[in-house]
Amino acid sequence: MITFDDVVKVYPGGSTAVDHLSLELPTGKTTVFVGPSGCGKTTSLRMINRMIQPTSGRILIDGKDVAGQDEAELRRGIGYVIQHAGLFPHRTVLDNVATVPMLLGKSRREARAVAAELLERVGLATEFASRYPAQLSGGQQQRVGVARALAADPPVMLMDEPFSAVDPVVREGLHREFLRLQKDLGKTIAMVTHDIDEAIKLGDVVVIFRQGGHLAQVGTPQELLEHPADEFVAEFVGRDRGVRSLSFDSAADLPVRPLPADLVLDDAGRPAGWSTGESTGGTFTVADSLRLVTDLAISSPVGIAVRVDDHGKADGVVPHHDLVDHLAARRGRK
Amino acid sequence: MSSYLSNNWDTILTALRQHIWLALVPVVLGFVIALPIGYLGVRFPRLYHPLVNVCGVLYSIPSLALFVFLPVLLGTKILSPLNIVVALTIYTVALLSRTVADGLRSVDPLVVESATAMGYRRLRRLVDVQLPVALPVILAGLRVATVANISLVSVGALIGVGGLGQLFTRGFQLFYLEPIIVGIVLSVALAGIADLTIVLIQRWITPWTRFQGRTA
Amino acid sequence: MNLNYLFDPAHWNLEDGSIPLLILSHLWYVVLALIIGTIIALPIGLYIGHTGRGSFLAINAGNAGRSLPTLGLLMLMVTLLGLGLTPVLIALTVLVIPPILTSAYAGMRSLDPRVVDAARGMGMRPWQVLTKVELPMALPVLISGFRSAALQVVATATVAAAVGLNGLGRLLIDGLAVNDYSRVLAGAIVVAVLAVLLDLVLALAQRWIVSPGLR
Repeated sequence: MITFDDVVKVYPGGSTAVDHLSLELPTGKTTVFVGPSGCGKTTSLRMINRMIQPTSGRILIDGKDVAGQDEAELRRGIGYVIQHAGLFPHRTVLDNVATVPMLLGKSRREARAVAAELLERVGLATEFASRYPAQLSGGQQQRVGVARALAADPPVMLMDEPFSAVDPVVREGLHREFLRLQKDLGKTIAMVTHDIDEAIKLGDVVVIFRQGGHLAQVGTPQELLEHPADEFVAEFVGRDRGVRSLSFDSAADLPVRPLPADLVLDDAGRPAGWSTGESTGGTFTVADSLRLVTDLAISSPVGIAVRVDDHGKADGVVPHHDLVDHLAARRGRK
Repeated sequence: MSSYLSNNWDTILTALRQHIWLALVPVVLGFVIALPIGYLGVRFPRLYHPLVNVCGVLYSIPSLALFVFLPVLLGTKILSPLNIVVALTIYTVALLSRTVADGLRSVDPLVVESATAMGYRRLRRLVDVQLPVALPVILAGLRVATVANISLVSVGALIGVGGLGQLFTRGFQLFYLEPIIVGIVLSVALAGIADLTIVLIQRWITPWTRFQGRTA
Repeated sequence: MNLNYLFDPAHWNLEDGSIPLLILSHLWYVVLALIIGTIIALPIGLYIGHTGRGSFLAINAGNAGRSLPTLGLLMLMVTLLGLGLTPVLIALTVLVIPPILTSAYAGMRSLDPRVVDAARGMGMRPWQVLTKVELPMALPVLISGFRSAALQVVATATVAAAVGLNGLGRLLIDGLAVNDYSRVLAGAIVVAVLAVLLDLVLALAQRWIVSPGLR
């Protein structure tokens, strides 16, 4: 657990970047700091590994004050990923990843063995190991950056806008990769982003900062979307937050109706379209979210979303008006 | 020309050998002295501009003046090669201190920052990360300094110690073209070989630069 | 060694061999060499930078030019052409050409191609693109090359005295000949001050010529 205890950072010149921040980042979870530029999110992150010294207050990792520890030793035990990856241009990909193990005293051979394993883990083929960073695409560099941060198997990772320098398609892939890795590794991660969608997608906990280094709200993505603390948060998470909050509700308890006669099935029982010749426009399972069901119902030409089981066989439908009733009832429950 | 060469072979070889020593010893000395000075200009940013200015002034002192002066300052004999070595070392330091500082400043701050965040201490970060990444800029400066030194040595002939420059003054005094041409050709060839050597060394020790400026 | 020679008022009278006249002759060589060198090197550098043709020449001109020993070249020219201003100017001009050529090339190559593209897209003719966009943007690099050429030629113009011409080298050569180190010191100081002042003037000119947007 990372604890901010009444932390203040005032820069020389008098601007307050972080104003009496008290916060806990749970172990094994991803906590995302998000907010407009100049809100103190990056300063807060960089105080964790002492790249910036707080003016007052304490930061503790698992109860130990970071201020009492040797800076270099502390940093070797904390993974750090930044925008554009900050890879060493003069070292091969493999040696970039081997950096921290070698700083920690491992032999070159051991460190390289660890590095090779990690490259595979972040989805980079072995042929990349002997290349230099300049020979990689932005997305590949960012993967190397993540592998390098993981190399010493640190329990804590800091990520400063790690995915903002790549194009949306690549970012999408990196997001998937990140969620998969984090599911396996369960690191305690603090991440900074200016993109609220990224925060909602990747964060277990989202911390919204406002200008001047104040906390606006701390909560799970769903809490922020459904119960923004004030106008600032509501504005920041976006006007479509209602629809987006449906992503966090399961379609499991949505009542379904039996298959109607005009739904055409193939031999295996899978939906093939409507008898009018129109497509179903996609299907959902009990594992999907209410947002997907809503989307299907709205975009379907007949206003009906089709549910399938694990084998893809149609097992029920949700018409438009049933969905509206369910959403109304859901609102009553909240 | 061939009779000049065969009759004066020993003189030419002696001059060439002296030229090489007088030019290259200052390059090595100057480089070693410039490294810490250049680093200070980066470590303490307030020193950078004074450093650049002092280096500029030092470099604008005419070589002839420095060659003449050093005996008075150092108490050496006017014909001592030491004067030339010290003078050229001063020029090399003036040129390379700035180059080292510029090279270190050219290192992407994100690279330095990520090294710090990974737990590098200051000295090891300098040796392992900053200096290697700055090498292309530093070596480019070293090429300039080496070539400039090789051509400056000959000015020393005006005070009697100048390697191949002595061939110039002799030809000038005797109104005789051959020694001047031989001197120029050898001096240029020497500079070319030295320059090429540094380029080859650079290729060998900075293999990553071949891929830069080109995205995969 | 002392500063007596420099501060002796007799050496500042306007008569043959006095410091002010030596400064003037020194500057005369410097300015002539810079003008001739610029006329030769600037168009070539701009052309190579603009078209990208002959880049190899521009990149290597710098080091090749530096490797020519000016003293040797000067004495070669004097032996070939006889004493006079011409051999000195040839030697100094050869010194000036490489930095100007290289910086003109580098200045043109440093341009953001998107800006040049935008200028063309707005309907500028090639001549207008060159004079209104490319040249003004290349100026900072170009002027810094010109400044280093000027510094070099101020220091090197002292060798003119070695072949019997004037310039501040006279104080060095004559002082050395008669073991008058006070005179040598005066020569060295005046040359260094001249170099610094000239650089200062060029720096001011640079501030004035270069658009504040490019600083």
